[in-house]
Amino acid sequence: MNFPSELKYTKTHEWIRKEERTYTVGITDYAQHEISDVVFVELPRVGETVEQGKTVSIVESVKAAFDIYAPVSGTIKAINTLLESDPAIVNKDPYQKGWFFEIVPTKPEESESLLRKDEYEQMIRHGAER
Amino acid sequence: MTHSEKENASNLKKLPLHTEHEVSGARFGAFGEWWVPLYFTSVIDEHETVRRGVGVFDISHMGEFYVDGPDARRVVNRWITNDVEKLKPGRALYSPVCRESGGIVDDVLVYECAPDQYLIVVNAANIEKDFDWFQSRLDGRAAVQNVSEQFALLAVQGPRSRGVVGKLFDVDLSEISYYHFTKFKSSYGEIILAETGYTGEVGFEIFCPVGQAPRLWHSLFQVGRGHGLKPIGFGARDTLRLESCFLLYGHDMTDQSTPLEAGIGWTVAWGKKDFVGKDALVRQKHEGIQRKLVGFEVKDRAIAREGSRIHRDGREVGIVTSGTYSPTLAKSIGLGYLPAESARIGQTLEIKIRGKLVKAEIVKMPFYKREKIA
Repeated sequence: MNFPSELKYTKTHEWIRKEERTYTVGITDYAQHEISDVVFVELPRVGETVEQGKTVSIVESVKAAFDIYAPVSGTIKAINTLLESDPAIVNKDPYQKGWFFEIVPTKPEESESLLRKDEYEQMIRHGAER
Repeated sequence: MTHSEKENASNLKKLPLHTEHEVSGARFGAFGEWWVPLYFTSVIDEHETVRRGVGVFDISHMGEFYVDGPDARRVVNRWITNDVEKLKPGRALYSPVCRESGGIVDDVLVYECAPDQYLIVVNAANIEKDFDWFQSRLDGRAAVQNVSEQFALLAVQGPRSRGVVGKLFDVDLSEISYYHFTKFKSSYGEIILAETGYTGEVGFEIFCPVGQAPRLWHSLFQVGRGHGLKPIGFGARDTLRLESCFLLYGHDMTDQSTPLEAGIGWTVAWGKKDFVGKDALVRQKHEGIQRKLVGFEVKDRAIAREGSRIHRDGREVGIVTSGTYSPTLAKSIGLGYLPAESARIGQTLEIKIRGKLVKAEIVKMPFYKREKIA
């Protein structure tokens, strides 16, 4: 499984790409593998304010529905509407075309709780729970 | 595997080919009391393999009973709502088994091996219940034997299944047609080969002695490789059967529903002199049913899982019994019970999914029907 080193991770299997003023968020290769067969994605609305750790998006796979959580508090700046027409892209390309949303963080200090690649990998090895 | 999954796995029964499934990279999950492969690659991939090519399911969890004796035919015919008189040796029949109330005890396949020997295939979750049920309704010269542990059962399903099965055994498959079977000796011991299945495709079910199952499994993949044969998990078994509207016991029908309510009235032999549940079913047929199983399509991008509540005109009126994503139709589909007066094709409904009411519409069943080549 692939976990790019330039990304940050959450215990709930979201990845975060930090850019200057925004964070791009998606789900990890581990998460897409566990979820399997993504068939619908419910995205947040642009402009919505979200709170760290709260559900912002729902992924339906053939087997079950899964909550996707906000890695930090902030405002949704953009959403990836490609996921509405081609949800399977989450399984095929979780780190690039399969991104979920962009968020403008309002509490930058929250990002300190995010995991580095090695920390995330270690957590998965010790048996992750979704 | 998470901690709770590990705990689960240790308490559950394993299939005779469990090791083979592990080697094939299966993701396991619980199915009743069984720890079974849910998928090997992905549910959708496996679903499409069965619709377009050929796949094999290990369904050895299913139960098997032999009913033997000079009175076997009469006894079995009292247990089931369908008519054993339609059978002759080498033919199989689908039937509910009903209570006196008309509620469904189980849905089974009855195979006539000989006029004094029947094989009954029952749902895994009902093995004990059915055995007690049959045992306490024996009379005359007949005996019922639970042989579930002796059989492995493999289902080879899909448009290319005939090619694979034809290479596996030295039998003339042109002799077998839908709901026919043959019993023969092979290097795997005694085999029962039936043209039956739960996918809506052409397919075969192979009963073999449990000790021979690993050898048979490996031989299947040897002859099947050229045909693209793949192992298929219980995930795709559910999406395939649901597209074809094959009901799942314990979900779409239970002790609380009758064959008429479940929409399988065609399995009741009304002209038959007597069978358990006949009076109640005849009465229900005359009086009309209060509720009915319907097929629906969800119009929004969400799946109505089992247990979701169905609403109409702002009132809760029914419940979803099965719901999934249909890979063939690329739609969200499901089955559920509704008051009979609402059960009209084209009727719009709302289903509560995660606290929100989502639009759905009653559609014609089955959702998918294979195109038959004349």
